[in-house]
Amino acid sequence: MKKFKTLLATTALITSLSSMAAGRDYISIVGSSTVYPFATVVAERFGKSTNFKTPKIESTGTGGGMKLFCKGINVDTADITNASRRIKASEFAMCQKNGVKDIVEVLIGYDGIVVANAIKSHTFALTRKDLFLALAKEVPTGKDGELVANPNKKWSDVRKELPNVKIEVLGPPPTSGTRDAFVELAMEGGCKKFDWIKATKKSNKAKYKSICHTIREDGAYIEAGENDNLIIQKLQKNPDALGIFGFSFLDQNADVVKGATIDGGAPEFDTIADGSYPVSRPLFFYVKKAHVGKIPGMSEFLKEFTSEKAMGEEGYLTDKGLIPLDEDKFKTVQDAVKNLKPLSL
Amino acid sequence: MIDKNTMTVKVEKSLKKRYLKEKIFKSMGFISVAVAFLFLLMLISDITIKALPAFVQTQIILQVDLNEQDLGITQQSSVDEIRQVDFRRVIRAALKKQFPQVKKRKQKKDLYSLVSVGAEYQLRDLVLENREILGTTLNVTFIADDDVDALIKGAIDRNDEESGRRVKDFKLNLIETLEKHGQIEKNFNWQFFSSGDSREPELAGIKGAVLGSLYTLLVTLLMTFPVAVSAAIYLEEFAPKNRMVDFIEININNLAAVPSIVFGLLGLAVFINFFELPRSAPIVGGIVLSLMTLPTIIIASRSAIKAVPPSLREAALGLGASKMQTVFHHVFPAALPGILTGTIIGMAQALGETAPLLMIGMVAFIVDIPQSVTDPATVLPIQVYLWADSPERGFLEKTSAAILVLIAFLITMNAIAIYLRKKFEKKW
Repeated sequence: MKKFKTLLATTALITSLSSMAAGRDYISIVGSSTVYPFATVVAERFGKSTNFKTPKIESTGTGGGMKLFCKGINVDTADITNASRRIKASEFAMCQKNGVKDIVEVLIGYDGIVVANAIKSHTFALTRKDLFLALAKEVPTGKDGELVANPNKKWSDVRKELPNVKIEVLGPPPTSGTRDAFVELAMEGGCKKFDWIKATKKSNKAKYKSICHTIREDGAYIEAGENDNLIIQKLQKNPDALGIFGFSFLDQNADVVKGATIDGGAPEFDTIADGSYPVSRPLFFYVKKAHVGKIPGMSEFLKEFTSEKAMGEEGYLTDKGLIPLDEDKFKTVQDAVKNLKPLSL
Repeated sequence: MIDKNTMTVKVEKSLKKRYLKEKIFKSMGFISVAVAFLFLLMLISDITIKALPAFVQTQIILQVDLNEQDLGITQQSSVDEIRQVDFRRVIRAALKKQFPQVKKRKQKKDLYSLVSVGAEYQLRDLVLENREILGTTLNVTFIADDDVDALIKGAIDRNDEESGRRVKDFKLNLIETLEKHGQIEKNFNWQFFSSGDSREPELAGIKGAVLGSLYTLLVTLLMTFPVAVSAAIYLEEFAPKNRMVDFIEININNLAAVPSIVFGLLGLAVFINFFELPRSAPIVGGIVLSLMTLPTIIIASRSAIKAVPPSLREAALGLGASKMQTVFHHVFPAALPGILTGTIIGMAQALGETAPLLMIGMVAFIVDIPQSVTDPATVLPIQVYLWADSPERGFLEKTSAAILVLIAFLITMNAIAIYLRKKFEKKW
């Protein structure tokens, strides 16, 4: 009897709840863990300063966010997804197929990826080529078209001018967006410096990718998990190690770690903004147009996010380590948001 | 006689050896207990030491001028009108009044960032609570920014070189001036227990996560306990002994060993996608966790029922009680302490679980404190994870503090279990 009653109660509960899910009065945001620290700041301020509820933000990763976002047009799907890269054509197609026709793309700023070590340790002036030679699984020999398993043990093996210490780099695992961006921007950037490899890109794209994107697995690159705080703690304990993480963590921990210059650019706010620091990537969020006006607070939230006081050059997001857009791009983004200009690929 | 003597000699000889063996075993047992205890002590003391600063909040006292004309509101203004006022201006004016020499743009930014960004809302809520303060000049205690907080608590060393110090000389001077005037106070951090999550370490609180955990566990308990106990009673007392029942038994045991993330996937597919329950809500979290704890409680309840002496059942049956009466009047109350212990152990396991909740969207930034089981919420272990992953240094101490709260939660649950067991326990 007890069991039956519980069963009945549960069924009743579930049915009553399904009808409740229909009216949602808060904004639901999913997506990239890199954009998460910025989106959450805006959400919190929005919740405190308006009468709307504070948006809920899930950190699902860019790909996971796209899946949830593109699932459909119902109110129970996410309204906004954050992305640390542009939406892929395949994801856009998936959205279209599921009825998510109009998507507004919002570029919010840039994020730098830094290579850093303990503040009292050696100062590194690296190039992207150095990074490639130090971290790739196979590196080219002097002869064109020939590769050997990476023989470099010390930084001075890579280039004479670099410190004579063991190569030991703590970085994110393959599941991380930071790793993707690092591989694409730093490793591939250095890899391209070899003419014959660059030529392979046209003839054999898969081979090109495997040369440029494969990180060595002999212990010189240590996967340190997704937690950047942990990497910073380890760098303090091990002065010979270098770590790879997002700029905001360098910004917050400038008293214990310092960033290496890459191709002459120091990882600083201004250099990332003007592009002279080469390892930076754009950050986006995507808005489901159909939900604007349907979910309370959507247009107000978009306005808050793209306001001068949030995303602008002196905005509060820059205090959190976001690299702001330049004047022109900022205006374009603001216009696109105001008119809810749908994206077309 | 000779034989007996040799036996005694033999026994006496081996006696020493046997005593020694016992001694070794005892000391080894003691050492293992000591090692386990030492680890626990190390863990708890490490966390406690790291967490202690989180329970102290640095505050800055400023004299604010709530001039009605400047603000454009009166004591009769509506709530909405007051909400629209930019109270940041008032705070900035107060800071400027105290440090009139600060003129440069960059330095002004430093000056304004002494108080938390939450200060303006703090002042707004103060006005909303008590409109009579409008039109007066009064001292208000504001929450200090996390950098100021870290400096006052000593997490940032004032004697470090300026280049490597987060708080630069200019800002340090401002803070030291405030200190000299007695405008900086350290008080118990009530905010930590009364507010939800925040991206500013100085504003972040644990209440949202505690309530989220509570709602989730409540749903889990309501779902699991009746089902698990009825299942256990049926299987133990009523079910026929045949292959079908054996099969069910094996499956329950297997279910207890299924990795918890699998239940999360199931929850996502069934409750969210099919039943369309809201994402990130304690109701779904509770249902998913109840699937996970169900086998644990069934197994514990069954062994508790099995442990009730058969004489009790036979006596009840002998006095003419029906099977149902025997079970519910005699066996079940006798087994209750064991069942409760099992339930609370299952609940404690559910409290610490994060993996299944990951799939159903409970790993989320949620500021508003959940009011019901359908509001979006997060739970304690997830809050720990989210804070541990934040770039701001102030979250380090918050992370440890959240772990302490989680441990306190667990100890409370276990204490309840012990109390209930002691209360209902019967000896035969």
